Amino acid sequence: MNAVRAVGRPALRVTRGIGALALFMARGLAVARPFPGRAILHHLIQIGWLSLPVVGLTALFTGAALALQIHSGGARFQAGDVVPAIVAIGMVRELGPVLGGLMVAARVASSIAAEIATMRVTEQIDALVTLSTDPVRWLVTPRLWAALLVLPVLVAVGDIIGIMGGWLVGTTSLGFNSATYIANSWAYLEGWDIASGLIKGAVFGLVVATSGCWFGMRSGRGAAGVGRATTSAVVAAAVGILAANFILTALFFQ
Amino acid sequence: MIEIRGLGKSFGAKPVLAGVDLTVEQGESLCVIGQSGTGKSVLLKCILGLVQPDAGQVLWQGHPLDAAARVRFLADFGMLFQGGALFDSLSVWQNVAFRLRQRLPDGQARAIALDKLSRVGLGPETADLMPAELSGGMAKRVGLARAIADDPQVIFFDEPTTGLDPIRARAINRLIRGIVSETGATAITITHDMDSVRAIGDRVALLQGGRIAHQGPVDQMSRVPALADFMGGDSIAAA
Repeated sequence: MNAVRAVGRPALRVTRGIGALALFMARGLAVARPFPGRAILHHLIQIGWLSLPVVGLTALFTGAALALQIHSGGARFQAGDVVPAIVAIGMVRELGPVLGGLMVAARVASSIAAEIATMRVTEQIDALVTLSTDPVRWLVTPRLWAALLVLPVLVAVGDIIGIMGGWLVGTTSLGFNSATYIANSWAYLEGWDIASGLIKGAVFGLVVATSGCWFGMRSGRGAAGVGRATTSAVVAAAVGILAANFILTALFFQ
Repeated sequence: MIEIRGLGKSFGAKPVLAGVDLTVEQGESLCVIGQSGTGKSVLLKCILGLVQPDAGQVLWQGHPLDAAARVRFLADFGMLFQGGALFDSLSVWQNVAFRLRQRLPDGQARAIALDKLSRVGLGPETADLMPAELSGGMAKRVGLARAIADDPQVIFFDEPTTGLDPIRARAINRLIRGIVSETGATAITITHDMDSVRAIGDRVALLQGGRIAHQGPVDQMSRVPALADFMGGDSIAAA
């Protein structure tokens, strides 16, 4: 009986947590009038525009390293020529969305969690309630929609920069002709490769923003509470992205 | 009128409120005092619906404060938070006009905000400052302006003088007294500052052991042993 309890309690806790998280996300995505267009625009800039440098640099170095790896590995079975195609497919299907999502998780989930947790600690969220304003609608909805909309754009930009990173290494160090490299990059790419990566980006955006908002809204008291909320948000967002990536990859390509 | 009947709240095994009964008449200024940890803020949060009580109910104008009634209650309600609780991302006037901006154009809302700011002794030059640029006393005044921005019928003050020096504390007390008298609003003040009680309150209620241990007029509190004990070294005679 004790063994059943030992398994049952955590299972119930996890199930309850997933249910609460799903409800929280659904509440956050429900848009009521007035439409929070200005707030969404503000967060599009905060989450998207300000993440461009870190996502771009990550994609550039990843694409460049991938080109070197594939050329070196492919040479073992005389397949060094596939560098452009594999860099392109690898970036748009997998590395662009996952690494872009992880970098945004580090930058954005932490800042969302810290901002909302500080608002909780300083009673700003209570103040919202007393001013007849739903904190979820005011704080969560714009962030969720902004992340959902902007992550695919960041992934697309990251994909292009990553492929250019491969091109840079391919043409300067690996002896590829520039025009051939670009032609080969596009030749083997399919529309679904690109679309699947963008869909992943949207889902990862939702994971990042939900994680930041969820832990921020449930923050404990004081500076320690804010710190814990921030750490938990980043860890949960990173693990959530990797888990969602596996599930989406299995759904899309199996 | 606000009636609190048998309000109970526990956190884990620890009971914080154990059957609080309290009535606040229309236009009255009630001060709730008690030592730290006696549940003053929990009582406030239960009234506001920020904390769900385990037992009892809160009535406003004779009707229980269910979800729908609470929406109407909050529309007629203003609150000054202990630390001001100003929204960091909004300027001073935007904080003051937060609720007004939901139904008025910005120009009109700003004009009302400036008027309320002047009411608490802040000039128009403060309107475009951000909360991070304000001193503690100024933040309290802005919080007070926000609390009265929409001419509420009920105003709550949570530890209004905490963190202020005696001069600024007296100024805030005077402001609150003036605003409550002028507007005729019902006021509930949570405090452990006896100067605030004397300056703001018509009636005082002592929260002790999760219940209201005493309630009565402020001008008679020096004769109540329970309050004398609570005040300790405070100058009871000054009351």
